[in-house]
Amino acid sequence: MDLGYFFSDLWISRWAILHGLGLTIVISVLAILLGTLLGIVVGLCLSYGHWSLRWLVRIYTDFLRGTPVFVLILACFYILSVIGIQLTPFQAGVFALTLFCSSHVGEILRGALQALPRGQIEAAKAIGLTFRQAFIYVLLPQALRQILPTWVNTAVEMVKASTLLSIIGVVELLLATQQIIARDYLSLQFYFFAGFLYFLLNFAIEKLGRLAEKKVIYHV
Amino acid sequence: MTAQPLLVIDDLHKKFQALEILKGVSLSVAKGEVVSIIGSSGSGKTTLLRCVNLLEDYHRGSIRIDGTEVGYQGTGEQRRRLRESEIARHRAMTGMAFQQFNLFPHMTALQNVTLGLIKVKGLAKEEAIGIGRKWLDRVGLLERSGHYPGQLSGGQQQRVAIARAIAMSPKLMLFDEVTSALDPELVNEVLNVIRDLAKDGMTMLLVTHEMRFAYELSDRIVFMQQGAIAEDGPPAELFHRPKSERLAEFLKSSKF
Repeated sequence: MDLGYFFSDLWISRWAILHGLGLTIVISVLAILLGTLLGIVVGLCLSYGHWSLRWLVRIYTDFLRGTPVFVLILACFYILSVIGIQLTPFQAGVFALTLFCSSHVGEILRGALQALPRGQIEAAKAIGLTFRQAFIYVLLPQALRQILPTWVNTAVEMVKASTLLSIIGVVELLLATQQIIARDYLSLQFYFFAGFLYFLLNFAIEKLGRLAEKKVIYHV
Repeated sequence: MTAQPLLVIDDLHKKFQALEILKGVSLSVAKGEVVSIIGSSGSGKTTLLRCVNLLEDYHRGSIRIDGTEVGYQGTGEQRRRLRESEIARHRAMTGMAFQQFNLFPHMTALQNVTLGLIKVKGLAKEEAIGIGRKWLDRVGLLERSGHYPGQLSGGQQQRVAIARAIAMSPKLMLFDEVTSALDPELVNEVLNVIRDLAKDGMTMLLVTHEMRFAYELSDRIVFMQQGAIAEDGPPAELFHRPKSERLAEFLKSSKF
């Protein structure tokens, strides 16, 4: 194996790889952020919604969680265009990942909210907070702390799932790598390198998660 | 007591499915009066307290605090529970301390006390902190204001919880078995805080198993039995000359 050739080609392809890596990061961050925000709404509905709303949202989460992300991405790209919503591959992909993320965050948040002692909402009400205020200041902050470790896992899963956007032509890190390999046939080296970059990304997320856990922990 | 009643409970009925928890309870508490509710578990005393704070709904009867009917509107067919925001406003007239303290674990003692002041009363942060520190000082925990509930003993947590409720300057304080979850050696520090508030003229309704404390502190004792008030009178009368066999038995079993 000629590593010298690999390194010189890596240098030539540096911008393509960086661009792919950047896109992977943008896709992941968007999906995680939007998915978490939507997931908070989903968790709120599942925990405290009217039964009809709970039922609807339950179908939403079960459906999304039971569908392979791969299928979800294809569906968002092709099916939406059939019904007249024309999204770019990037938009469709981020949309699919956001939905997927929201169903997972919603579900784990529901668990955390329901595990909070009843006394918390009662004490919040007793000092005159409305339900909305109690949720924002008392229930949600506690539930978010509870789900942090699981949420970090979900974030890592989102980074990995972002590779699937390559099938609808989003030139993220994986597709960028494949395009380089198509040119120079150094498949082993470049796949390994891409894998290494994914590892670094997820390692950073895990480390940040640990750091955040230490920051927000309170003594129980 | 000649003052007009601050709290008037009239013919309160509450059911959990088929089980009738409160069977027509009527009780009034004058301004500045300290009333303790005693009775065996399942007699409905905690439920009564929770109804006053609107944590429970009730299907008949009314509760008036300082002349305002709380929680419901209309009578008969028209009767309906008020909207969440109106309930919250009514609830602010009362303060409540719970058996399990229920402090917010992600907030410091001071933040626990100031949350309501800032979000419900709309005070500026500095002003809220001033009031919060004053009340933490009053319950003897000023130097613990930066501690989280998990770093405090049970007795300290309950004192913070009382400060949190009282800082909202309620017209009426409700205490729901506030010492029941405490180790025996921590009970007194909490009772002292309540004694201190009573001296200030705070109107209080307590549910308690501390008979000695109820006897010494209360202006009136109410004995509840199977969802109704069985006896109501000054402590000396109830404790020394119980009218009913049941109360005599209850007092004997609670080792007064």
